Amino acid sequence: MATETHGVETGGLEFHPMDQFIVSPLFGDDASVAWYTITNATFWMALAVLATFAMLVLGSARRSVVPGRMQSVAELAYGFIHKMVEDICGKEGLKFFPYIMTLFMFIVMANFLGLIPTAFTPTAHFSVTVVLALAVFITVTVVGFVKNGAAFLSLFWVSSAPLALRPVLAIIELISYFVRPVSHSIRLAGNVMAGHAVIKVFAGFAAIAVISPVSVVAITAMYGLEVLVAFIQAYVFTILTCVYLKDALHPAH
Amino acid sequence: MEGQLAHIGAGIAGLGTGIAALGVGNVAANFLSGALRNPSAAASQTATLFIGIAFAEALGIFSFLVALLLMFAV
Repeated sequence: MATETHGVETGGLEFHPMDQFIVSPLFGDDASVAWYTITNATFWMALAVLATFAMLVLGSARRSVVPGRMQSVAELAYGFIHKMVEDICGKEGLKFFPYIMTLFMFIVMANFLGLIPTAFTPTAHFSVTVVLALAVFITVTVVGFVKNGAAFLSLFWVSSAPLALRPVLAIIELISYFVRPVSHSIRLAGNVMAGHAVIKVFAGFAAIAVISPVSVVAITAMYGLEVLVAFIQAYVFTILTCVYLKDALHPAH
Repeated sequence: MEGQLAHIGAGIAGLGTGIAALGVGNVAANFLSGALRNPSAAASQTATLFIGIAFAEALGIFSFLVALLLMFAV
């Protein structure tokens, strides 16, 4: 504690809880960001890719019969996603397993690396998650039309409903289809951003001496919850990708 | 005055997150009551549970987003 000004009883935030999401260049004094600038966002995304690479490639490099710690985690992750894709999309969905595995590993690694104090969380940014969700949306739409042709449109024509209801249902289904990338991306970014902002809000309360113990306990509890959320949101993003893909592969209602 | 109204609106939008919590609790509670009746089928339905929770929670996140927009973008 170099200065005691932080402990002023009037309290209030010394920093803004949303400051942690500011994208800024890592090198140089120039604050402007061009497409090639190395910012904290690109840095932590690259770290997430490197962490995935390290875990999966180094973990499976030894190929011992009795797996070590690294290898069993890598095998667990692989088997977990493989089973998820097979259960939801069926055998023919396994063609898309590499893509879904990549998505899951990138999101889960970015989320977990973002939990390191002072780290930057790329998945808390809509710009990152919207790209991921749009890629899924475009893939699903293209795969649906390539695999089924015009029959893919039967996704919107609910044949089990009464005939009079079908046009109304078709409009609703159409809207819900196009809202998918929106909710898909906002769910991930919103959850991650909200959790990180809440931790920073409690950290701001630590400046007020009376409630600072409460604040420390609250930060610890929230952090535990955030570890859970980091995994569950990656899981939910992946499982929804599988569900959307299943719609494209088997559009019949 | 308009800025203050935006803050009030952000607070009202924040109510939506609480209501989404009701929805998430509803999903989990019904899953649990179903799982206790037939525990052998419960393990195969956890994926459905998470999908249900995710859909219920998404709308709460939407209202959180509206609150954020009112606080920082309006």
